[in-house]
Amino acid sequence: MTEFNFELTKEIELLRLVTVGSVDDGKSTMIGRLLVDTKGAFEDQLLAVRKKKGTEHIASAAEIDLAMLTDGLSAEREQGITIDVAYRYFATPKRKFIMADCPGHEQYTRNMVTGASTANAAIILIDARNGVMPQTKRHTHILALLGIPHLIVAVNKMDLVDHDQAAFEQIREEMNAYCAKQGVKDLICLPMSALDGDMVAVRGEHMAWYEGKTLLETLEGLSVLETDEQLFRLPVQLVNRPQTAELPDYRGFMGAIASGTVKVGDTVRAIPSGNTSTVKEIITFDGNLEEAFAPQSITLTLNDEIDVSRGDMLVHIGGEISDSKELTANVCWIGDEPLIVRKKYLIKHTTQSVKAMVASIDFRRDIHTLNKDEADELAMNEIGQITFKLMKPLHCDSYADNRTTGSFIVIDTFTNNTVGAGMIV
Amino acid sequence: MSKNEHKLTQLKALEAESIHIIREVVAEFRNPVMLYSVGKDSSVMLHLARKAFYPAPLPFSLLHVDTGYKFKEMYEFRDSFCKEIGANLIVRRNEDAIAKGMNPKEFGVARCCGALKTKGLLDALEEGEYDAAFGGARRDEERSRAKERVFSMRDEFGQWDPKNQRPELWNIYNGKIHDGESVRVFPISNWTEMDIWSYIREEEIPIVPLYFAKERLMIERGNLLIPYYEETKDQLLEGEEPKMIMSRFRTLGCSPCTGAVHSDATNMDEIVIEAAAARRSERETRIIDHGSNSMEDKKKEGYF
Repeated sequence: MTEFNFELTKEIELLRLVTVGSVDDGKSTMIGRLLVDTKGAFEDQLLAVRKKKGTEHIASAAEIDLAMLTDGLSAEREQGITIDVAYRYFATPKRKFIMADCPGHEQYTRNMVTGASTANAAIILIDARNGVMPQTKRHTHILALLGIPHLIVAVNKMDLVDHDQAAFEQIREEMNAYCAKQGVKDLICLPMSALDGDMVAVRGEHMAWYEGKTLLETLEGLSVLETDEQLFRLPVQLVNRPQTAELPDYRGFMGAIASGTVKVGDTVRAIPSGNTSTVKEIITFDGNLEEAFAPQSITLTLNDEIDVSRGDMLVHIGGEISDSKELTANVCWIGDEPLIVRKKYLIKHTTQSVKAMVASIDFRRDIHTLNKDEADELAMNEIGQITFKLMKPLHCDSYADNRTTGSFIVIDTFTNNTVGAGMIV
Repeated sequence: MSKNEHKLTQLKALEAESIHIIREVVAEFRNPVMLYSVGKDSSVMLHLARKAFYPAPLPFSLLHVDTGYKFKEMYEFRDSFCKEIGANLIVRRNEDAIAKGMNPKEFGVARCCGALKTKGLLDALEEGEYDAAFGGARRDEERSRAKERVFSMRDEFGQWDPKNQRPELWNIYNGKIHDGESVRVFPISNWTEMDIWSYIREEEIPIVPLYFAKERLMIERGNLLIPYYEETKDQLLEGEEPKMIMSRFRTLGCSPCTGAVHSDATNMDEIVIEAAAARRSERETRIIDHGSNSMEDKKKEGYF
């Protein structure tokens, strides 16, 4: 057994990933390959999906039906398609990865939005034989809209185009041009053959012309999103007033820091009341802190008794947040019933919920041309800019400034379903 | 403090996410309860809940759906630990089925689980009128669990519809439900077995002693090590002979259906090292999972 180093495990950071691709791009094969090569799948799980019964040891990935490993629902295995987001976990000595594996099938785009919303990086699968498909563009547009910091385009099935560099370069150029229009900051393209394992965890021998990193090296090297530079935002989840004999007057403001840092003694303003106070303590089970930062879950106590309740936000003086009874946002519609003008919904933003009415559909985005089209409704899987009128002011940032305080979900008040994903303009 | 110091280890990032989820449920639901199975995952979830509300006491009760078949070490641990931390523990059993002598050997594993666990749980949730129940399931455990949301909707019959799950975006959880519906909430969805062991080690969380290796009286049956007790000697198959084996449990369930593994890991360091080197999944020692869709089918019916 190799020496296990407990100190090293303290260095491991979390990276959230999403993988998207069209049907048959070989996504399951790639994920299966990542799981096998990083030992993210156990032997008995592999044996359960081996192609030939009877073998007790798996000598190579070719013996396994890798797609069966990731398609978890019986309906998926029956129909040979992936219906729902599946979460996969694997780790290298440097990183732990949470991977949301998203269906490529068009009708399940809403699940892709689900999987992508929390991701720091996305892997977009392209079949080298087919090149950039309309679905690829739709997914890339959504990923760009969701502000995923790093996009990795994996041009898969290179073995089926004789590992031809020109085929890869053509796709790379097309994706570069498309992503530039979308404002994507970090785009990496790499050739791959997931079936053979080339360029997933190991380089292989077939694509010596490519000098970049393998997929796994790329994932290990990506920078994890830093929110330190951002303004301090603490959406208050709960006000803790135990009123027990030991804690008769205790009033703690609980929440997960959305961005920035906070220190004991800082002057903070409660939104929307506008009242200010100073931070008395930053309380955790492990002892009080002098300073806390995103995404820690903490409890604050203040030196003054000011009015703060769930849905309010604590911010620094000078780092205020805007509030308005009108809200304009890019909305990805994921409900069965289309969004229509004048319909009322519930918007949940951080820890606050507010009734909202669709004031206007400013435009619907054509995914292929990126044109802004006029529209009187937004159907499932469509994206558009919507202006809502709100029953009470909502304090928020733009999504470009802050993914947590700039996002919201739209809830249908009749079905209670989540029907829209909003990114504030 | 420099920028670089503002980084959380992956375990602390998972901890922060779980605490956020637990608090969100308490904020949005009328009457939540935490399912407590006494196992390692429950122990981590309970620890996170205590962290979430510190210095206040837990704002909800713990519910143990007991089958009567748990290991005696689990009952002892459950009672002493809950007392120590001042948690309000509710124990519910399907007394009807227990009185009728429900057991996996005669009735089969599926029927026994259905009666003692699924029905026991659904009855207890209905009786308590809970609208949210925390569970310590993890997505890495089993492939149908890999598809489950953090807030997982259940209809009036407590059933899961995997094809019609609510999209879950960012860390904004939709807690709106109709009367009669409820949610199962899985705050440790994103934790792996390795994370659980590493966290228990780092946080020094007390766990049932069965998780640590020692010489135990066991029956060897195929790949499985089945603990042997005097009271359950009728479970012996022909030709089986109990013997002392250095072993421990990676996962704890009901004694007739949970196997142990050969192990020399007697402390947390050794358990973490063993988990890191493990080549087979922990669920392998759980009979419930075997069969083509068994976990998914059970979950659709309301199993936790």
